[in-house]
Amino acid sequence: MPLTHLQRLEAETIHILREVVAETDKPVMLYSIGKDSAVMLHVARKAFYPAPLPFPLLHIDTTWKFREMYELRDRVAAEPGTELIVYVNPEAVARGINPFTHGSAVHTDVWKTQGLKQALDKYGFDAAMGGARRDEEKSRAKERVFSFRTAQHRWDPKNQRPELWRLYNTRKHRGESIRVFPLSNWTELDVWRYVERENIPVVPLYFSRERPVVERDGVLIMVDDERFPLAPGEVPRLRKVRFRTLGCYPLTGAIESSAGNVAEIIAEMAAARTSERQGRLIDQDASASMELKKQEGYF
Amino acid sequence: MSAAPVPAAHEAAGDLLRFNTCGSVDDGKSSLIGRLLYESKALFDDQLEVLAADSKRVGTRAGEIDYALLLDGLSAEREQGITIDVAYRYFASARRHFIVADTPGHEQYTRNMVTGASTADLSVILIDARKGVLTQTRRHSFLVSLLGIRHVVLAVNKMDLVDYSRDVFSRIEDQYREMTNDLDIPSVVCIPVSAVKGDNVVERSAAMAWYRGPTLMELLDTVEVDGSRALAQPLRLPIQWVNRPRDDFRGFAGTIVGGSVRTGDAVRVQPSGRVSRVARIVTADGDLAEASVGQSITLTLADEIDVSRGDLLVPADQPAEVANQFEATIVWMHESPLLPGRGYFLKIGPKTAGATVTGLKHKINVSNFDRTAGTTLELNEIGVCTLEIDRPIAFDPYGVNRDTGGFILIDRITNDTVGAGMLRFALRRAQNVHWQALDVNKSLRAAMKRQRPCVLWFTGLSGAGKSTIANLVDKKLHSTERHTYLLDGDNVRHGLNKDLGFTDADRVENIRRIAEVARLMVDAGLIVGTAFISPFRAERDMARALLGDGEFIEIFVDTPLDVAERRDPKGLYKKARRGDLKNFTGIDSPYEPPEAPELRIDTTATTAEAAAEEIVAFLKRRGIVDPT
Repeated sequence: MPLTHLQRLEAETIHILREVVAETDKPVMLYSIGKDSAVMLHVARKAFYPAPLPFPLLHIDTTWKFREMYELRDRVAAEPGTELIVYVNPEAVARGINPFTHGSAVHTDVWKTQGLKQALDKYGFDAAMGGARRDEEKSRAKERVFSFRTAQHRWDPKNQRPELWRLYNTRKHRGESIRVFPLSNWTELDVWRYVERENIPVVPLYFSRERPVVERDGVLIMVDDERFPLAPGEVPRLRKVRFRTLGCYPLTGAIESSAGNVAEIIAEMAAARTSERQGRLIDQDASASMELKKQEGYF
Repeated sequence: MSAAPVPAAHEAAGDLLRFNTCGSVDDGKSSLIGRLLYESKALFDDQLEVLAADSKRVGTRAGEIDYALLLDGLSAEREQGITIDVAYRYFASARRHFIVADTPGHEQYTRNMVTGASTADLSVILIDARKGVLTQTRRHSFLVSLLGIRHVVLAVNKMDLVDYSRDVFSRIEDQYREMTNDLDIPSVVCIPVSAVKGDNVVERSAAMAWYRGPTLMELLDTVEVDGSRALAQPLRLPIQWVNRPRDDFRGFAGTIVGGSVRTGDAVRVQPSGRVSRVARIVTADGDLAEASVGQSITLTLADEIDVSRGDLLVPADQPAEVANQFEATIVWMHESPLLPGRGYFLKIGPKTAGATVTGLKHKINVSNFDRTAGTTLELNEIGVCTLEIDRPIAFDPYGVNRDTGGFILIDRITNDTVGAGMLRFALRRAQNVHWQALDVNKSLRAAMKRQRPCVLWFTGLSGAGKSTIANLVDKKLHSTERHTYLLDGDNVRHGLNKDLGFTDADRVENIRRIAEVARLMVDAGLIVGTAFISPFRAERDMARALLGDGEFIEIFVDTPLDVAERRDPKGLYKKARRGDLKNFTGIDSPYEPPEAPELRIDTTATTAEAAAEEIVAFLKRRGIVDPT
């Protein structure tokens, strides 16, 4: 009986995770609370069972995530055998960086890109696993599973190591680090199907509910706390929405949907005509923007 | 574009087919993949909008949708208008999930195609119906068979531009089948298509009613993946990680790459050969009775035997071969060429070992399959080589098992992946040549001479003073009745190495032989001086690795280039500057200075005599010779 598609993906991810643990000195798993992180974490627990996770989780916190995301994060951190490091860029705190005053580009760079670099340097992690998938975005389609970064955390798309068979060359020089993408070959639909099959807890924001939103430039933004500066006369309206992707709440667009559970999400996706990252405001600056961000050290 | 939506696979039970595509930009490869993605609804409206905008801005199709832009993800590549890497795409049909490795067809990108093909079950080779079978088609087909892909689809594209002619298609099919007779490809299916119009991609072509075979999508959907073949093989489980959370649990984790395993099976650990039985197959969802190829598992054994990362678990009665010398086909993937004699790291499964290509039997011209002679492999060249690994490993020929027969080579200094290889068979020498254990050994011979044997490895530019200083040291040691020998660069080139020139490859071989001779002399109990430029760090490291701890003393005779050139005792720099002498170190061939030599002699600050004294004093401090 040949393995199903999902079984093959799970086995490949386990293989990659074990390779990281066997060949690097101080690995860490980036935990961003979204569905991809949830799946990656779930597969990791399987990969090392019955041992506890042989690495900590790291959340680069921007302080602007949805409240429901923080709730799930704290529950995951409380599970036995889990070590969660939360890193908040002190410079971003001091300067009060936020998406409203500084715009999405500066906000993302200072909180996430710089925050991540600072955290990796502070703890001396030499391998960071992230839940990015190749189907998310064009420049990701050519990303390696093991992607090397210079000591300055830069990515050189011209100088990547070929990856053949199941063989990953993990050798690196002092100061260099590796970004590893164990879910490279998963698609958005695979992730949901796996969430369904394995009954993995995800942030309720993925499921449709009535939520207070305002419309900005054609994008539905949820007003998740009192920091949201409403325009004069602007009143949040309750609409039945959900999120396909989760980030900082002021930068994440909701979609109108009635999909209230995983099965309905899967059914809705079959009919969907827009991609997942459409709701991400940070990607729409320029067509090659993800690639630029990655060269700068964005995950 | 007519939408004939194939429902994205909702059956969680669907299996997975990985394929790659070969063909040049002009063959319409991007259009074909774009069409497959679009019709299987893996391409979304917002992605199409970006694509439409990009097509207007930088497209090559006069404002029409240019699918090449969709696939050429990196902006640097977009400007060049050519794909230079491997991109992976995902789509699904009602039955199956697909991963496409999109690899370019341009000549210099063999490396990318081999990478994309290494994980593929099937290859789609595209040709333009107007052009027929070209040199690049031969090249693609050769690489596909080299990588062991068993299913090839020849998509004869642009049929709309040859009036959907059955004759044109038949002629191309005949030509192709004749060519692939020489290649080992068990299944070839030829399909006439028009990617732009959609004929025979997903929808059956109304214009080619004469064609009775499957559409491309039908074939992809139904072709039998080679799972049953891998399942029928004996168990192959490379151990990736030892899981030891507490004293009473010791699990061996890995991905099964051949066959299956049940609890109670008698298994052998290779290369050690120790035998035990499978006690449990442990998963987070409960123990399994059986696991098979493709699964990533953790198992425990009934006996406490030594198993570590890199070992191979096999059935006790169906072991893999164990050897340390091989014949292998190597594809070179790096700008700096393969140098026989140089040490590389070899990674096969979870095992990493030191490896040296001991000889290049011949290169293979991928365009006409001819064999040609050569001494090195350049980027994108393929050769059949002999290979020696510094320890025995368990393996299967690549043709039997990709995972236990495929390897990569890694540069020891840059850490780059420089080559990929496929083990063909073990050389019989590996099994039959054993080290002769001799009764009189190195330490006995050395004790008789009241010295510790070692190599004094002098390195530096031509004219730095290596030979002069080495000769003085030799005389001083000899006068105190030490047993020494001096290997001098020029002298060795008159005899042992007179067949070697000064190319990088020959320099590496020159140093390899000298290192081996020096090792034998150290074994004989001598203090051996070597005075060679030995410009490359990798070869000096190799010589160091051949010798025991403390037996290799690297002495860097540090003379700046301008000083050495001014001395020019043999007039060589003048010749090199005139261009009469090629590959001269320091002029048109690099010198890599030692990073941590045991001794550094600055010849601008000391005399040869003082330097020799300093070295002898060092030998006394090290206990190489006694201090009297």
